[in-house]
Amino acid sequence: MMQKAKGKVVSVNESLVGALTTEGSVMNGEVAYIIIEDGKRLKSEVIDVKPNDIVYLQVFEDTGWMKVGNLVEFSGLPLAVKLGPGILGSVTDGLQNPLYELAKKEWFLERGLVVEPLDITVKWHFTPSVQKGDLVTGGTVLGSVPEKLFEHKIFVPFSIQGDHTIEQIAPEGEYTVDEPIAVIKDAVGKSVELKMVFEWPVKKPMPFNERSVPIDPMPTGIRILDALFPIAYGGTACNPGPFGAGKTVLQHSLARHSQADVVIIAACGERAGEAVEVFKDFPELIDPRTGKSLMDRTYIVGNTSSMPVAAREASVYMATTVGEYYRKQGLNVLILADSTSRWAQALRETSGRKEEIPGPEAFPMYISTLISAFYDRAGIELLPDGKTGSLSIIGTVSPAGGNFDEPVTQATLLSTGAFWGLSRALSDARKYPAIDRIDSNSKYPSLLNREEVNFLLELLRDGKTIASNIILMGEKGITDEAYIRHQKAELLDAVFLQQNSFHEVDGVTTPDRLRAMFDMVKEIIDATVGIKGKEGIRSHFNFIRLAFLDWNYMKPDEEGFEKQKMKLVNLVKQREHVAENV
Amino acid sequence: MLQKTYENIDSIGRAILGIKAKGVHNKELAEVIYPNGQKAFAQVIALDGDQVTLQLFGGGFGVSTDCKIRFLGKPVQVGFSDDMLGRVYSGNGQPIDGGPELLSDMIRVAGPSINPVKRLIPKDMIRTGVPMIDVFNTLVRSQKIPIFAKAGEPYNRLLANIATQTDADVIIIGGVGLKYDEFHYFRQRIEEAGSKNKTIMFVHTHRDSIVEGLMVPDLALAVAEQFALQGKNVFVLLSDMTQWSDYLRQVANAQDQIPANQGYPGDLYSQLASRYEKAADIEGAGSLTILGVTTMDDVTHPVPDNTGYITEGQFYMKDGYLELFGSLSRLKQQVNDRTRPDHRSIMNAMARLLSEAEERVKAQKFGSVKDDYSLRLLDYRKTFQTELMDPFRYLELEDALDLCWDTLAQHFKKEEVGLSSKLIEAYWPEKGKFKILKEMTHE
Repeated sequence: MMQKAKGKVVSVNESLVGALTTEGSVMNGEVAYIIIEDGKRLKSEVIDVKPNDIVYLQVFEDTGWMKVGNLVEFSGLPLAVKLGPGILGSVTDGLQNPLYELAKKEWFLERGLVVEPLDITVKWHFTPSVQKGDLVTGGTVLGSVPEKLFEHKIFVPFSIQGDHTIEQIAPEGEYTVDEPIAVIKDAVGKSVELKMVFEWPVKKPMPFNERSVPIDPMPTGIRILDALFPIAYGGTACNPGPFGAGKTVLQHSLARHSQADVVIIAACGERAGEAVEVFKDFPELIDPRTGKSLMDRTYIVGNTSSMPVAAREASVYMATTVGEYYRKQGLNVLILADSTSRWAQALRETSGRKEEIPGPEAFPMYISTLISAFYDRAGIELLPDGKTGSLSIIGTVSPAGGNFDEPVTQATLLSTGAFWGLSRALSDARKYPAIDRIDSNSKYPSLLNREEVNFLLELLRDGKTIASNIILMGEKGITDEAYIRHQKAELLDAVFLQQNSFHEVDGVTTPDRLRAMFDMVKEIIDATVGIKGKEGIRSHFNFIRLAFLDWNYMKPDEEGFEKQKMKLVNLVKQREHVAENV
Repeated sequence: MLQKTYENIDSIGRAILGIKAKGVHNKELAEVIYPNGQKAFAQVIALDGDQVTLQLFGGGFGVSTDCKIRFLGKPVQVGFSDDMLGRVYSGNGQPIDGGPELLSDMIRVAGPSINPVKRLIPKDMIRTGVPMIDVFNTLVRSQKIPIFAKAGEPYNRLLANIATQTDADVIIIGGVGLKYDEFHYFRQRIEEAGSKNKTIMFVHTHRDSIVEGLMVPDLALAVAEQFALQGKNVFVLLSDMTQWSDYLRQVANAQDQIPANQGYPGDLYSQLASRYEKAADIEGAGSLTILGVTTMDDVTHPVPDNTGYITEGQFYMKDGYLELFGSLSRLKQQVNDRTRPDHRSIMNAMARLLSEAEERVKAQKFGSVKDDYSLRLLDYRKTFQTELMDPFRYLELEDALDLCWDTLAQHFKKEEVGLSSKLIEAYWPEKGKFKILKEMTHE
């Protein structure tokens, strides 16, 4: 065991603090506490070890009133997250301090405040699944407790290696996370006491038991995604876009409607108000798939934009580690990281203060490696019990000036499997979700089959070409036939790709309904329109659009739903008929 | 606490001073004492061994190596009391209206942010009487939202209008880099509107040092936050945050920081965010709403760009009009479903049609717009602009919504507007029955 270091502050430059170590050894990445005059202990992390016993610390709190000579205590341990029952439904800051508990102490996020991440007073009903004498190792399930919607497995900490024997195991009963539930002994007879909670270093990916490839689409309720640019369980996606193009609304919609078991929202360097909307609304919302509160499947890590910048990085990694832990539980986990650009910017700030040689746009050279490694933590895991768990990551990117050529967007595009490019032109035209219909892509399978997807994409591409011809030559400059094709593309956009995410019914589309809507769209697209003249053609499609939108806003079990559908079909056919007569 | 005085100044820049000193705190307030006894404030911004870097509130001009630095043993603070209402202060917190200095409690400046769980979900519409805001981008209590405009647009007039036409309990004006006549204009408008007794001004004009300019938002927001904690609904006006960012760039540059985009420091986003995020509707207390000004030529410039990612939308002013495209209120969805049943839908329909019209504007330049529908779209666009986009036309929300229906009916057939049959039945005005719009007959 290395001897923990001690030191003193020698320099302060915003969140970057230099310390001179006077004794002990220092590990890169270990946590250190700087003790300021009022006795508060400010948490920090070693990010560089330099010659002459100097180490650089990035401080997770405001460094005001710190001075040269303040004591530094090194912990010898890397930044870690506590894993165990009680995470779901909670809201913490980027260092796992529960915000509701903090609020009981102070209204403001005063520095140096620390609260137990997992409530140590809650009793959990533990049922053991091993017996005295059983052989176990890191990752073996010791038993389980019910947490919200599912049975939360209690593991032997993943850091434990080699065979151990169960010395003692707690009988079925009520325990807190702070009470021992087992004692295990290694080959040489050394005993370890285990609780229902253990720590894992946030920057170290949890090893996969066995990894597999993402192939099953994860329904999100968002039609343009599920149909054209899907994400798979265990997959990764990014949605870069300029401000105001609808990233936030899209993220909220994904958080509410995605068919995942657990949703982790990493609000990284973004507006506090957006996280507030989630954790104040979600407890009131019922998840139709479980019949329980939406908050029961949600965990929110909030390091919002006015919180200390150095903790942004920690918040993203913490969310990911918690995600990996719930994947080990055999669940489908979705992480929504909003925004990875803020994390990259935090790295840039620190890098600048360390006077590292900057890369493009002053981002550190290693930014692309960090981004790729982050998305690589997503994936499908085949667990020892034969079950499967998955971790999907959807990362928001906020490119400077909305320009996708910048380093963070580019590194992200290389690392993710689906690209949802948000477009200001579409959002200006109020075409939500403003996901670019032509430039976006996904390598995952859709809820529709491949031919159907291509059928739609082809129409969209045709529509775009014709639209630019109309600008050049006017409506009169193109044939009726091309104009009909154009109107079909517009209709597809208006009634199928566009979606009112604030509407109770239209805001979320189930796979079944998506199928029904697609079939209807296909019928319209396939129909021959015999009308002559642009005015008549436009009016025909206007009527169809109106009827289709009315239909979109109706529940399938609602009175009039079938009638509206018939009306729509008749509109499509009737006009055909009328046209023939003419 | 013993206040130590040091004499060995190493370096003096435009805004930064270096000195050797011991026992100094990060962010500590200090005084520069000139040989003639005059004083100016400074603040510690970095420590390296016994090397201390300070930023000079009065700027570096005229500071000499025989000046002394006294460390005051306290952070930067600002006074707070009800008596400040009606008064005008400088960027270092001193009254500049000729009135007496006040004995007041000192409060911290640039403190930590409020715990998000203490925030309420914004829920109250602020009626401004400006149709482009009330109908299309509704302002909500506790919102943080800037006006994006070129220098020279009447943004300060709009800012003053909004502040005085609404029901704020306290108005705090933070002027950064104001021209003298703009400062004068604000004072005059506040007095004319009878709002003087609920207004405090913190003002930095071009003759003051940039460090004072940098301080203005922090002082204004610290005082505003206290009023909000006391249950008041506070409006903070910050004009102009582009100049503020420019000062930030100058100070960062003087510290040899590695620039990110266009010379701005890499933490521009965080710096702007920590100010704008002070906006909040606080549980069990009042609220703080921030209306800013971000002057710009191009929305992709680092200041408007970073601002847009931070604020809850923006009002885009161009050629004297409040534009629909480019403007956004992120919080409007919180309130515009509780105003009138047609509000959301008509807002979207109007926008969709205007966007269609914009496409025709492009086509028109090629001379290819000849069909009746396109021509009607272009007429619609004209009506929209003259009737709705004037930022200084005052209309109650309900009248403005009626005006929208009139405008649609003036130019379109019912089935062309993409609104549900139910709404059309309820609100579509037949010709001759327009409520607001003067009906045009064109044949």
